[in-house]
Amino acid sequence: MSEKILFTKEHEWVVAKGNIVRIGISDYAQNELGDVVFVDLPAVGDRVEEGEGFAALESVKAVSDVYAPVSGEIIAVNEELEDSPELVNESPLDKGWIVEIEIDGGAQLGDLMNEEEYKAFLKEA
Amino acid sequence: MINKTIPLIFERSTPGRLGYQLPNLDVPEIPVSELIPEEYLRVEEPELPEVSELEVVRHYTQLSRINYAVDVGFYPLGSCTMKYNPRVHEDLAALPGFANIHPYQPESSVQGALELMYNLGKHLATISGLEATTLQPAAGAHGELAGLMVIKAYHTHRGDGQRTEIIIPDSAHGTNPASCAMVGYNVVEVPSNERGAVDVEVLKGLVGPKTAGLMLTNPNTLGLFDENIADIAEIVHDAGGLLYYDGANANAILGIVRPGDMGFDVVHYNLHKTFSTPHGGGGPGAGPIVVSEELAQFLPGPVVHKDAGCYCFSMPEHSVGRICSFYGNFLVYLKAYAYILSHGSDGLRAVSETAVLHANYMMRSLQEYYHLPYDRICMHEFVLSGKWQREYGVRTLDIAKRLLDYGYHAPTVYFPLNVEEAIMIEPTETEPKSTMDEFIEVMRKIAKEAKDNPELLTSAPQNTPLKRLDEATAARKPILRWSK
Repeated sequence: MSEKILFTKEHEWVVAKGNIVRIGISDYAQNELGDVVFVDLPAVGDRVEEGEGFAALESVKAVSDVYAPVSGEIIAVNEELEDSPELVNESPLDKGWIVEIEIDGGAQLGDLMNEEEYKAFLKEA
Repeated sequence: MINKTIPLIFERSTPGRLGYQLPNLDVPEIPVSELIPEEYLRVEEPELPEVSELEVVRHYTQLSRINYAVDVGFYPLGSCTMKYNPRVHEDLAALPGFANIHPYQPESSVQGALELMYNLGKHLATISGLEATTLQPAAGAHGELAGLMVIKAYHTHRGDGQRTEIIIPDSAHGTNPASCAMVGYNVVEVPSNERGAVDVEVLKGLVGPKTAGLMLTNPNTLGLFDENIADIAEIVHDAGGLLYYDGANANAILGIVRPGDMGFDVVHYNLHKTFSTPHGGGGPGAGPIVVSEELAQFLPGPVVHKDAGCYCFSMPEHSVGRICSFYGNFLVYLKAYAYILSHGSDGLRAVSETAVLHANYMMRSLQEYYHLPYDRICMHEFVLSGKWQREYGVRTLDIAKRLLDYGYHAPTVYFPLNVEEAIMIEPTETEPKSTMDEFIEVMRKIAKEAKDNPELLTSAPQNTPLKRLDEATAARKPILRWSK
């Protein structure tokens, strides 16, 4: 798999390196959410199933789930978000990453969009 | 409104100043360290404000003058039913025969209070079209919890332990999924269709042997009546599930349609919304639930029953137990009872008809100025969207803040979640037309300001004691305790 960024319809981004994917939320998503004030992170070692909410972002407006684009095991969480949830707003694609998941053997990344397709998807919505 | 900040009472403190004088001790003085083990004693002196009585009175009086309440002005907070609470309720609740009774008194000495609870339960059953009431839950979400416990007890009692899912629409109140989680149910979300109602076709695919029930507010949080409710009830019942009616929006349907007739098995009422008892900080609330005959045996207790002309407490046969100390919030029952009796059945119907008329009047008066995502007759409230104003760099939050400058409480914003930049307005039946017209005028003015002078909105409020608050930092790094 390549290292290029892919997007889900739920506005997560995914960057895959081998069988490990890093996940965050898109710039559009952080803008819609408003200021994030708390990130409820999963524990390293937790199992996640594709389509399942595995973390929650609490903003001044609402609490929203972050959905797993793939089944696997959480191997890292961005602990900096515990003290600095604003990173999700300030640097959604970089310092605001949320978790890394090791993909189950044989599991496939769901139907994801590349950057151009995602931009087109946002225009439609 | 006082346009200045008021210091904390701690900041008014002067060392040595006293607001009280205790009588001389007439018993031997024993050091506290001899009475309480040392490890439980605090070492640090507490920093209590040292102020005179007059300073205390002035401090809280000043604070009270910057309060906003329905007694001060229009309070269009959607989904909250901030109607006027008649003052006669307070007179009744202050009658010594009600105010001074104690929950440990023998039942024989509080027959009047028990009769009131019994009658209120009967009236709520009549209004809901269901059979049996428990008054115990202390608020709406507590009622949800109690209702879901009853649903769970019903399935368990039948030996059906595999039902683990409750279906909830995407427009639901956040308390619905939270209550499910508290009871140990998993939430399955059903989307809304283009009319803002439950997507019945999707629902058909979601129900099954795991379905314990469905929670619905009708009218829903968009202020829209779900016309497919009979079909929805049939689909859920055929799958073996029960229907829970979230009574948050019951102010729209009193005396017009009954949840029991729509097919619901459990209903909660927010007495502090629909039946005009004090609300929010003025609580406490009460969230009685009413259930079908079959579910009565599972109700939380104690409930009041009538036996040979006497009223007494009893626990339903397979009760889920107690969920509240003693008998719930009795004086709230009293006020709701007074409200029901003083209106009568025709009066309650008029309450809902007027609430619905008011909401439609305001919705139609504003739809040219704000995007109306669901353009159909609404019930007691309606949802606008701030998406037209977004083009000018103005968000719904800014519109809400600007309303404060004009002296109003803001409507509910960013809820329901399925409407972008939502603005939810509920005028209630108690407002005169002139108040609604003034508010409509201000909302139109703000729409114009958003276009011509967006800065006015994005920097609002300017006329309040504190300007725009940094809500994000307050939530991220809250200061919860005063220190020097």
